[in-house]
Amino acid sequence: MAIQPEHEIHRRRWSRNLGLGLVLGAFVVLVFGLTIVKVSRQDEHGNPPGAEASQ
Amino acid sequence: MSDLSAYDQTQEAGFGDYVQLLKPRVMSLVVFTAMVGLIVAPVPVHPFVAFTAILFIALGGGASGALNMWYDADIDRVMRRTSGRPIPAGRVSEGEALAFGLALSAISVLMLGLAANWFAGAFLAFTIFFYAVVYTIWLKRSTPQNIVIGGAAGAFPPMIGWAVATGGVSVESVLMFLLVFMWTPPHFWALALFMKDDYSNAGVPMLTVTHGRPATRKHIFVYTLILVPCALALALSSIGGPVTLAAAIVLNALFIRGAYRILRRDEAVAEADRYKAERGFFKLSLAYLFLHFGALLVEASLKPFGLGGW
Repeated sequence: MAIQPEHEIHRRRWSRNLGLGLVLGAFVVLVFGLTIVKVSRQDEHGNPPGAEASQ
Repeated sequence: MSDLSAYDQTQEAGFGDYVQLLKPRVMSLVVFTAMVGLIVAPVPVHPFVAFTAILFIALGGGASGALNMWYDADIDRVMRRTSGRPIPAGRVSEGEALAFGLALSAISVLMLGLAANWFAGAFLAFTIFFYAVVYTIWLKRSTPQNIVIGGAAGAFPPMIGWAVATGGVSVESVLMFLLVFMWTPPHFWALALFMKDDYSNAGVPMLTVTHGRPATRKHIFVYTLILVPCALALALSSIGGPVTLAAAIVLNALFIRGAYRILRRDEAVAEADRYKAERGFFKLSLAYLFLHFGALLVEASLKPFGLGGW
């Protein structure tokens, strides 16, 4: 009565975990990239492009 | 089989089931029209911001798809075409789909607001609300005009794309909305004519069931006639140009011809050739929308070379 280590349910769980891991990883990269873009396009006063410099 | 036979009765969801909840085929239309709306707008957007914005518009569209599948699980169980979806198949629970849809809605709206602007974020929130609440919960089961008003939800993405770039609404973005909005009823009713889904058992008042098939054929023709001036007005607007106008003239002539053929046929003729004209019209409708937006894209990409546009 040995327990089978691999079952359909494990395969599905693995696909879900792997998928979620990759999605979270991609989300981190996306937020990082967005931060770099936003910060590098600010002027010396920290205003976004097109905005008037604050007094 | 396995000694752990109890596991065989457990339908555990895989990653693909969650992707399926997002209605990826509908998402492709959202991505394409939102991208065109963003690119043809007169204000340039940083490519990374544009990519992020389109991604979260698509995710918001997917979230509304998940909310739709949550609410419509009872209908999906009855209809053969939809009985294999994750909820009716028992792989994802209804509560899970609701939580998934709500969480993705919040993430997509917040991220679009942060990446682009809060007007675009609010617009996306309104679109999700419109599709999930106004269409799915309110109209779908109460009026045979459900497709017409529900089509608005699918027509908002190019306006959101435009809002990402400009932070507002303008005549051009409203015309893009009108093109998709007026295109949806003939597109969907042609599908309803030959798909013959069991909407009556599911309690959904489809036009083919409530008003009959001859009335649906008339509706397709009339809506096609209303669609034509919308397409031509878009071609003559500031984001249109000679390419768009040429495409609009050819596509609309073909579309009117196809709708007229459908109008002239009755069920006996359609049954005899297995809905050939209706299937052809449906395929044409896909090309119609793709090529109209494609022409706008060509127009925008020609502008840097002094070509394209009026």
